[in-house]
Amino acid sequence: MGSTAVEKIISRSAGRAVQVGEFVEVPVDFAYLHDGTGPLIVDALGKMGVEKVIDPDRVGIVFDHSVPPYSDQAATLQAKVRKFARSQGILKFHDLGEGICHQVMPEKGYVSPGTVVIGADSHSCTLGCFGLFSSGVGATDLAYILATGGTWLKVPETLKVECTGVLKGKLSSKDLILEIVKMVGTDGATYKALEFSGEAVRQMSQSSRMTMSNMAVEMGAKTGFMEADAKTFEFLGRTGPVVKTDSKTETVTVDAGSLDPKVACPGSVANVKSVVEVEGTHIDQAFLGSCTNGRYEDLYEAAKIIKGKKVHQDTRFIVIPASKTIQLAAQKDGLMDIFQEAGAIIGVTGCGPCLGVHMGVLGENEVCVSTSNRNFIGRMGHPKSSVYLASAQTVAASAVEGKITDPRRFA
Amino acid sequence: MLKGRVWKFGDDVDTDVIIPAKYLRSVDQTVWPKHVLEGLDPSFSLKVKLGDIIVAGKNFGCGSSREQAALAIKWAGVAAVIAESFARIFFRNAINNGLPLIECRGISKLVEEGEVIAVDLDRGEVRTNNGMLRSVPLPPFLQEIVNSGGLVEYYKARKKVH
Repeated sequence: MGSTAVEKIISRSAGRAVQVGEFVEVPVDFAYLHDGTGPLIVDALGKMGVEKVIDPDRVGIVFDHSVPPYSDQAATLQAKVRKFARSQGILKFHDLGEGICHQVMPEKGYVSPGTVVIGADSHSCTLGCFGLFSSGVGATDLAYILATGGTWLKVPETLKVECTGVLKGKLSSKDLILEIVKMVGTDGATYKALEFSGEAVRQMSQSSRMTMSNMAVEMGAKTGFMEADAKTFEFLGRTGPVVKTDSKTETVTVDAGSLDPKVACPGSVANVKSVVEVEGTHIDQAFLGSCTNGRYEDLYEAAKIIKGKKVHQDTRFIVIPASKTIQLAAQKDGLMDIFQEAGAIIGVTGCGPCLGVHMGVLGENEVCVSTSNRNFIGRMGHPKSSVYLASAQTVAASAVEGKITDPRRFA
Repeated sequence: MLKGRVWKFGDDVDTDVIIPAKYLRSVDQTVWPKHVLEGLDPSFSLKVKLGDIIVAGKNFGCGSSREQAALAIKWAGVAAVIAESFARIFFRNAINNGLPLIECRGISKLVEEGEVIAVDLDRGEVRTNNGMLRSVPLPPFLQEIVNSGGLVEYYKARKKVH
């Protein structure tokens, strides 16, 4: 009869064969948190009376939400988490300026294929593309993991998304995942694991895969699983088991080869249209960055479009690499010079304006085209501002034109 | 048995509208209930009274993992949230903090804003002016966490190490 990859991974962790729908308590191989969720985690551990986390080697902490802190209170809360990291002997602690947690954890090779990983951030589903089970939880759940080494899970059923064909030209995995969110809907994968497979996924880079798994939560999913392969091992700098699904699952199919550039229009991530349908919409801001699309290849593709051109005079273009490692590589290759010469503003690595707190907050009636993952009401600022989600290519083309623009217009 | 006045919301109520991120980095936690659901109704925190009940459509609490969303609703005095379905992280956060959630298919069409409804948490029943609905029961595993008063109390009672 076989099992899904996620069933197999949870079974290994539980030490027995588990089945879909079962509630299980499982050891967690690696847990991570950031400066946003950290303070409530420290509080919860205090209330539990826990003086020592069970295994500091299995914990990662990254400061990415308020980089650098934008208020005295943000700084005070960070200091509390920093003190916690030091006193607990957590060595996988990355202070301000190292990058976004979902990027830094795999870059440092802290996670392994075939394992159970839990992060105190909803986008922890990103790491599922490294052939592991990774899911997001809130602060108290993460505190329980630090206290006991484990958590409870409902073994999810798997919804497979078979991506046939290969992405062409100015198309990217962001266009593909937006099309998938449109098909599945904002709650079409609630309580389920998504598994992305097919020729398009096999052909794409590990960074492009991260973009897809990152948005699994926008369909309600627990994780965005992909089979590990040589690219996965190279990214992590380590190998591990290749866990595969060998049972029948509910499956939807999407043809990556016939896509055109996509955009998620304001209010809902599933409100997806072709860029050509909204081309010409005025923008005030363009944002290239976040855990969805702040990687080297995103910067590279955007720089190709903007090289030798200028950002539109009425548009602010904000570029924020997802990690210091990415920023150093982009600097070395001249990409950051291209952006700055074009008139872009370079921000400090971290979550940046994605969650509407600093480094590019939108004013009343302002419009942003962004490579990030959420376009909810007020997500990036004023409740009457709006956000269009798109690929790095579409964002760069739009920054040049001052309006939403099809990147295929640029050679 | 809970009895409370209903506030109605639609589908996909996300945690950014429940509590915008600009209020999260606050040392003073009493700030959160003052801005609860501000993204959808700026005056909600002034109107909501102790013991009121939120009724919503599908996928309530989608988006960010911020636990402040469950805390803001609880500390604003809301006695329970009843929805067609919940996003999974919000669901866990509410259970972990002792905010009662009831997943109840058909509820959003059956009740009206301002109506007083009765909720029997033990039996999983919701009584409205237009009839009674049964909720999707919580699995025993989670009922145990709820009965303990949340995950912190559950931990203190068991102190289990993996």
